[in-house]
Amino acid sequence: MSEMSFVRSDMLPEQAPPPASAGPVGWLRENLFSNWQNTVLTVVSVAFIYYILAGLFPWIFQSVWVADSLSECREIMKAAWGSTHGHACWSVIRERWLQLLFGFYPSELYWRPILAFILLLLAVAPVLFPEVPKRLFYLTAAYPFLLPWLMWGGTIWVFAAVAAGFAVGWIAYRLLEPKAGSLGAFISAVLLSIIWWLYIVDPVSDVLQGVIPIGLTALESRVFGGFMLSILIGVVAIGCSLPLGICLALGRQSDLLVVKALCVGFIEFIRGVPLITLLFVASTLLNIFLPPGTDFDIILRVMIMVTLFAAAYMAEVIRGGLAALPTGQYEGADSLGLDYWQSQRLVIMPQALKISIPGIVSTFIGIFKDTTLVSIIALLDPIGLTNSIRADTAWNGIYWELFAFIALLFFIFCFGMSRYSMYLERRLRTDHH
Amino acid sequence: MTTFIDSPKDPTFRLSMLIYDTRYRSLTIQCVALIGFMLIAGWLVNNTLVNLQTLGKPVDFDFFRDPASYDINQRLLEYTSRDTHLRASFLGLLNTLLVAVLGCVTATVVGVLVGVLRLSRNWLVARIMTVYVEMFRNVPVLLWILLALAILIESLPRPADFRGDDPAASMIVFESVAITNRGAYIPEALFSRSLGDVHLFGDSSVRFDVSLDLLLILAVFLASVYAVRWNLNRAKLIQERTGDRPVTWHVTTGLLVVPTLAVLMALGFHLGYPELKGFNFRGGTHLRNSLIALWLSLSLYTAAFIAEIVRGGILAISKGQAEAAGALGLRPNRIMSLVILPQALRVIIPPLISQFLNLTKNSSLAIAVGYMDLTGTLGGITLNQTGRELECVLLLMLVYLSISLCISAVMNWYNKSVKLVER
Repeated sequence: MSEMSFVRSDMLPEQAPPPASAGPVGWLRENLFSNWQNTVLTVVSVAFIYYILAGLFPWIFQSVWVADSLSECREIMKAAWGSTHGHACWSVIRERWLQLLFGFYPSELYWRPILAFILLLLAVAPVLFPEVPKRLFYLTAAYPFLLPWLMWGGTIWVFAAVAAGFAVGWIAYRLLEPKAGSLGAFISAVLLSIIWWLYIVDPVSDVLQGVIPIGLTALESRVFGGFMLSILIGVVAIGCSLPLGICLALGRQSDLLVVKALCVGFIEFIRGVPLITLLFVASTLLNIFLPPGTDFDIILRVMIMVTLFAAAYMAEVIRGGLAALPTGQYEGADSLGLDYWQSQRLVIMPQALKISIPGIVSTFIGIFKDTTLVSIIALLDPIGLTNSIRADTAWNGIYWELFAFIALLFFIFCFGMSRYSMYLERRLRTDHH
Repeated sequence: MTTFIDSPKDPTFRLSMLIYDTRYRSLTIQCVALIGFMLIAGWLVNNTLVNLQTLGKPVDFDFFRDPASYDINQRLLEYTSRDTHLRASFLGLLNTLLVAVLGCVTATVVGVLVGVLRLSRNWLVARIMTVYVEMFRNVPVLLWILLALAILIESLPRPADFRGDDPAASMIVFESVAITNRGAYIPEALFSRSLGDVHLFGDSSVRFDVSLDLLLILAVFLASVYAVRWNLNRAKLIQERTGDRPVTWHVTTGLLVVPTLAVLMALGFHLGYPELKGFNFRGGTHLRNSLIALWLSLSLYTAAFIAEIVRGGILAISKGQAEAAGALGLRPNRIMSLVILPQALRVIIPPLISQFLNLTKNSSLAIAVGYMDLTGTLGGITLNQTGRELECVLLLMLVYLSISLCISAVMNWYNKSVKLVER
């Protein structure tokens, strides 16, 4: 009796899962052939992928790299594969890739945009990655003045003097704050800086240039083009639109009726019209709006309009972040006795910006892509350059290779940005998942 | 709530209180902002007036009555180059709306399909859709538009290829649609016993014809829909009273099909097919390459964004909802249509409408492929011919702004109507 038991007293040894549900076979069964609909879908997908790749691979890899013109390309193709169809002529990229990247920038000065780009990476590194030494922030602060100097050239003292205007304002603020309070000090600091920029920058930079001449060859804007131009406009618009967008978003959330109305009007107007109309304003109207005789650079005008455009979108994204914060955060900041700017800087903005990271980055990507629109007002961005390359009789009629090259470059930049935003979201996530 | 207001010990008003006293500070800031804004606006307007005076071009909209003397090849209404600039701009606006509506419909269909397929349990299908979405989202739309136009022009057969005993290309869909490198030719609806047209707005620039045939067909169809609804309501009442639901599907089908067919036959409805005559196709409706390129690329580009919105919306519904619906005994299709979709739509629709808005604004890139939309007419040739930059660009912005505001008004109305009523 005692030997008998109705319940198993010892565990069975573990068995291997059935071979059909484990390993690669199991994965295939589960993900590709789980039932007959799934199998049909898989077969159709495989056929589709085969069809695409069968056209794409010969086009990319059975291609001509060395030729001087499209007709020569076609002759080589005919000799090698018997048809001109379905084979790329990459020799146009080989011949013109520097032009697609730098436009008509003088080739002996290519080091300047390249240096500016490397410095850009260094300047944004401390903002993007926490592991980077904090000392690089000095470069970040200097970069807005280094970039135009490197790109356009001229004397360094003008840019140094403009930068000094900010220093003057800051020193004035620190000196006046104990006596005049924060608002008074702020207003006088701004006034002082403006006076400095209007009346002192020119003579000071002239004198300094006379004493210690440091300068680069000055370049005109019409040599700017290619991918360099897209990145330049994109970087300026992205860099300026974030602070401007924050101000607009705060203005829109503010209790001050007039400020709020102005911000709402601006944001809704800009968001309601296509960018191309704003670029028309930049190319045709901006000079009419400004005092007679003003004629400033077309690239600068485009940068202003693209920045305003980006700022309106940025403002809406940040407003979303502000609205998503619980009221308790505002009340908590108030109860600590923080004033408006302190609570914005220390409590509200860090959280609101964190919430809006995906939106901010997708706005950045959108702006960077939209820089291609400048080709419509005849600036030579990569798409504008394809027309001038085709205008050359040697390359008349070439489309795919140029478009593929440009698309690839844009894809790398935009895809990189979107991956970075995913990394940032993961890094900043403080709740438990 | 107790509040402490430090009452001023000195009741007399000092000027510094405008900045340092919280009671007056906001007023001061607003006054300063308003004055600053008005100064800047006044400065800009003054500059503009002075500049226009020097250029000898005072603001004046009379040029709209001058003959446009350019052609609009893809148009919805009759137009000749002798018509006015105003008429040209009006046709441009209609073209903008045409491509916007076509694009929104196609983008929604493709986007929803791709978004759902991205969630497919089939690994391969989900990956293909991911590649599609990333490819379109990360490359500028202008590049897609130009690429689409290049594909249409370079890789499609010429009309001459359709000729001969052994043609290199042939028409598709029962010999009714010809897709050539000059555009697509599709059949058009013709009525042999037509009731004629009504001319609206006489001889003005916004005149257009309304086809009475179309109105009649629409009226009959709407009446049938109304009758079907009445019949369904009746069936529902009977079901509630007796428990048995009368069979309705044959009445429904009959009501929807028979009257409309009868009207079509009475009007002598037939299709006008495109035919190859001389060097080109004649007859049928001609969709230009510029329109097709713009339509395709805008829809595919926007569809990639819509797919992400749809996917996000479906993922936003917590898993418990589907499980609870399953526990109630609903079948998978019913779970989707009765539980998941109604909740997901609340998340999906607002960003979807803002994508429609983006598509409409992006349609202004038509100017890059020569499709005569509002930007191509008013902001393009009219501007260049008349040299009236200020008037043209401002009007262009105003029209786009009104379209956008109308769409956002619809969105706000929708948001209000589906807002969760919270306790």
